[in-house]
Amino acid sequence: MPMRMEPSGTVVRFDEVGFAYPAPGGGRGPEVLRGMSLALDDGSFTWLLGPSGAGKTSALRLMHAALRPTRGAVEVLGVATGPAARGALPVLRRKIGVVHQDLRLLPHLSTFDNVALPLRLARRPEARVAQEVTEMLTWIGLEHRAQARPEELSGGEQQRAAIARAVVSRPALLLADEPTGNVDAAQARRLLALFAEMNRLGTTIVIATHSEDLVGRFPAPMMRLERGRILDHDE
Amino acid sequence: MAGSTRRDPLGLRRAMSDRLLQALIAAMALLACLGFAAARGVEALGERWRQGAEAAVTIQVPDPTRTRIALALGVLATLPEVADANPVDPDRLAELLRPWLGEQPNLALPGVIEVRLRNLDADVALIGDRVAEAVPGAVTEAHGLWVGRLAALATAVQGVAYAALVLVGLIAVAVVAVATRAALIARQDSVAVLHQLGATDREIAGRFSGRAMILALGGGVAGVLVAVPAFFLLARLAQPFGGEVMAEALSGLPWASLPWRDIAMVPVAAGAIGWLTAQAVVRVWLARLP
Repeated sequence: MPMRMEPSGTVVRFDEVGFAYPAPGGGRGPEVLRGMSLALDDGSFTWLLGPSGAGKTSALRLMHAALRPTRGAVEVLGVATGPAARGALPVLRRKIGVVHQDLRLLPHLSTFDNVALPLRLARRPEARVAQEVTEMLTWIGLEHRAQARPEELSGGEQQRAAIARAVVSRPALLLADEPTGNVDAAQARRLLALFAEMNRLGTTIVIATHSEDLVGRFPAPMMRLERGRILDHDE
Repeated sequence: MAGSTRRDPLGLRRAMSDRLLQALIAAMALLACLGFAAARGVEALGERWRQGAEAAVTIQVPDPTRTRIALALGVLATLPEVADANPVDPDRLAELLRPWLGEQPNLALPGVIEVRLRNLDADVALIGDRVAEAVPGAVTEAHGLWVGRLAALATAVQGVAYAALVLVGLIAVAVVAVATRAALIARQDSVAVLHQLGATDREIAGRFSGRAMILALGGGVAGVLVAVPAFFLLARLAQPFGGEVMAEALSGLPWASLPWRDIAMVPVAAGAIGWLTAQAVVRVWLARLP
């Protein structure tokens, strides 16, 4: 893993952000995020809390440039995602690691190849890909499952593989949506320790969860959402 | 295994069926080859017929004295619809008729004048009347007009053959588009993951278009391999229409007259259609993603 980098400013900035998904019949549906304003510093660790439907996943997708705001401004790693050209977003996304709630491992690829995807997209030499993926799988305890396909892995192993894929390229920003949802308490603690280690090494981390228990194990700034609005954000 | 997944992270080898697409493209390539064969063959026949049609009218002058031939030529020279009129050499005429008449040195052959018209629609009966007025007994025959009409028909058939080629190309585009779209639907979750990991449209579309190009190229080659024997058979059957004797041996077939360049272009065109169509389909689909 790299040496810790010194914080250099704001990584994520929301300014009066609103977002509404397209309505089935055309136009836009009701806003799921309303008037969100926030600023996350480089190297910070933030818990994104709130009940189901509060807007946590939509907020993470805006931070990942997988969605564009329908009003207000979103700036991630210095890129204003709203007005940015479509061709500029892939470069931004390669700097962001994401752990989706539904994991989204490619079923026809082995664990090794799933984890290698971001490195291959970045056109790293294959020898380096092999070395870094092997290191990552060892670090996350999946080295013996490298050639197994996702369907052959347990829920916890799949979760760890998804996390390994998100962090293998050492992203500047890591977004995780309920990353411990499928694992037992011991496994959850292990994953949390992994995120803490990454954060110590300089990665800005945002983890969405509705588990207050998980938050209690790793005290960090919390942002609480409810019905698309930020209730409170302690920094 | 690792190598194949490295090159094929979307699993397109399974999602984009090689058998059906290649078989359909091979059929298209076969049709394209036959279309080229028809177009080129009809073009060659039409050209030959057109050359024959230039001598659209012949005039027979019985008792072909120098004076009567000169008189007929003089009348023809005054007619604006006549481009050219030339008497056929009597020795050449005798040579041409020898297979039918044998050696008959005392047989009085008529003089023959070949007339080339400026316009094949000219009134031949009028020309015949004018010549017969000046040279009694002169007979005018317009056999070349039918040849001219055949040549026009050949041109029309050639146009239809090229239209069929365009249609074959469009069907090939549709076949590749349907196969690409089916593969996209089968792999839409994987495509979305690659997109979220930061893959560009060019990278994702390149995966599909590379696969489509290889399959279409293979189908094109297979189609050509099937078409060539059929092509030679047709060429052999067409030989008599070109004034040649039908060949019995492979060496006698008109190898050089085959449109090799067109045939070689069919797999290349199939590959290009595969690449371009897949690119277009995938890029349009990806444009819906942010």
